[in-house]
Amino acid sequence: MGILNKILTAFRGGANEVGQSIVDANSTRIFEQEIRDAEKHLTQAKRDLTDVMAKEMHAAREVDRIKRAVAEHEGYASQALDQGNEALAIEVAEKIATLEQELSEQQSANDSFTAHAARLKDLVKKTERQLADYKRQLTMVKTTESVQKATATITDSFTSSNSKLLNAKDSLERIKARQQQFDDRLQAAENLEAEGSDKSLQDKLAAAGIGEQKTTANSVLDRIKAGKK
Amino acid sequence: MNIHSIADHLGKLGDNSSTGLKFDCFPISGDVDVLQVNIEGREELPIFVSVTDNQILCISYLWGEDEVKQEKRMEMFETMLELNIPMPLSAFAKIDNKYVVYGALSIKSSMEEIEDELSLLSDNCLEVIDEMADYLN
Repeated sequence: MGILNKILTAFRGGANEVGQSIVDANSTRIFEQEIRDAEKHLTQAKRDLTDVMAKEMHAAREVDRIKRAVAEHEGYASQALDQGNEALAIEVAEKIATLEQELSEQQSANDSFTAHAARLKDLVKKTERQLADYKRQLTMVKTTESVQKATATITDSFTSSNSKLLNAKDSLERIKARQQQFDDRLQAAENLEAEGSDKSLQDKLAAAGIGEQKTTANSVLDRIKAGKK
Repeated sequence: MNIHSIADHLGKLGDNSSTGLKFDCFPISGDVDVLQVNIEGREELPIFVSVTDNQILCISYLWGEDEVKQEKRMEMFETMLELNIPMPLSAFAKIDNKYVVYGALSIKSSMEEIEDELSLLSDNCLEVIDEMADYLN
């Protein structure tokens, strides 16, 4: 069963009660230990791999060396035969036979190292993938656990302070109302300021006799007098 | 990185946050320490921050299951899924019987990134409630 499935099962099984841990601490510790063990195995496997690859290289060099020696001795044997020295040729041929025996042993050792290295490389790759997956799963478990604990902390804090989270719409209304009040105040202040600057301009214009003039008793009298004429 | 260093940073910002929002921090101790971050003028919808081994989780509660109009529940789910990607840096989730928006940050995040996340999460939270009010009682 995948870890997601386990988490969901635990949720639906009622493990989401506040304070109840979804994954018991003990199994998390076991899991962490398993990851550490796997890491140790991986390090060991990598070390083994280096070892085997070094042996493989050494065996390959030996195979080359023996092949060259065989070719060389074949040349000697041929030269001995050319000289009609059969006895020497047989001695060389015996040497070649020994070399070929050695070659066959080295070759089989080399093959076995190659196969072993391939197996180890496979194992390392598999272990690395497994380890990455374990770590991902552990992160999920620990995050779930931590969120649960954080939720419990938040809930406890609300319970102990006797305050409760308001419902969403009310909260938003209150925030909006406060924002509206703030905006209104800002608007009012702006209006006041605008009026203020408007008024002072009017005063200056009036003082300079520009614009709409105030009606005074004298101007009324002048108008009446003008009408009588 | 822990909730106290975050609280210190937000506290020192005062009126000088990059988004203009003003943060008030209240650490709550428990099994996992949680920082309650109130944003001035939005105290009804605080953000809760907790720091784990590998991430910083910022959670804002939206509404409880009991506030959802049950006949509109499926429609609400679809809207949440549709909004999940467009909504910047936040995602919907459910904890116990409460719906939340949350943002998860790397433990290596800078204080400025955390500050941005909190502002954005708060803005998203207000907008989501406004947008989804029809699904609520």
